[in-house]
Amino acid sequence: METLFSQQFLVEGGDFRNAGNASTQIKTILKQIGIPGEVIRRVAIAAYEAEMNMVMYAKRGVMTLRIEPMKVEISVEDEGPGIEDIELAMQEGYSTASPEIREMGFGAGMGLPNIKKNSDEFSIASTVGKGTQLSIRIRNRVVQSE
Amino acid sequence: MRLREICDTLKCEVMGGEDQLDMEIDVGCGADLMSDVLAFIKPNALMLTGLVNAQVVRTADIADVKAIVFVRGKKPDKDTIALAKEKGIPLLSTKLLMYESCGRLYAGGLRGGSEV
Repeated sequence: METLFSQQFLVEGGDFRNAGNASTQIKTILKQIGIPGEVIRRVAIAAYEAEMNMVMYAKRGVMTLRIEPMKVEISVEDEGPGIEDIELAMQEGYSTASPEIREMGFGAGMGLPNIKKNSDEFSIASTVGKGTQLSIRIRNRVVQSE
Repeated sequence: MRLREICDTLKCEVMGGEDQLDMEIDVGCGADLMSDVLAFIKPNALMLTGLVNAQVVRTADIADVKAIVFVRGKKPDKDTIALAKEKGIPLLSTKLLMYESCGRLYAGGLRGGSEV
């Protein structure tokens, strides 16, 4: 499928000051392109959850936004501890967050399930000691109906 | 419900966005967990929270939250106020506790976002 737009965003682990910047930029780009509001909201929430996960747990990571006529895709690849038990990590309420993360209002074990909830297609792969990859695809409904 | 009415109902101090008090709010959401805000909040909502860090404003921006009320007399720092101004999100602060803040707004006609 033809890619209309693509951009990479670097995310630094532990950089809470800038946490959310990449997702905010993604949201702005989607608005400028004229993607429907409800699609933007789902992409922004999924991207932000993924970005916060990288800031909270990984050393660093890359988030790639790719816009195609029928869908918006966010690919995430981080260098970090990886996830030992993906099935467990996908359960609502399961979290390995530190007290510092919880004080900020995160680490409730809702992130990965919420990314999946906002995606039309979602996949996750992880290697312990290396890192985690996510693929998030959300259909661009208005373009589809034309 | 208009933000101005919310401000009066909760006897709020306006911390930012004085010029936006005429905006219309569709629904309310009280939460101290930003993870829960991201998972459950509806668009065009008022967020009531006891957290005051900058991540609250970033979360609000991502989730299309229209305005934030800090409960229990909490007040955000300068960085958080500056970020909210940049994002165009009004900030209010009330001395009321979370339960009473939500209760007064619900009684005044601001509905919640529960799907059951």
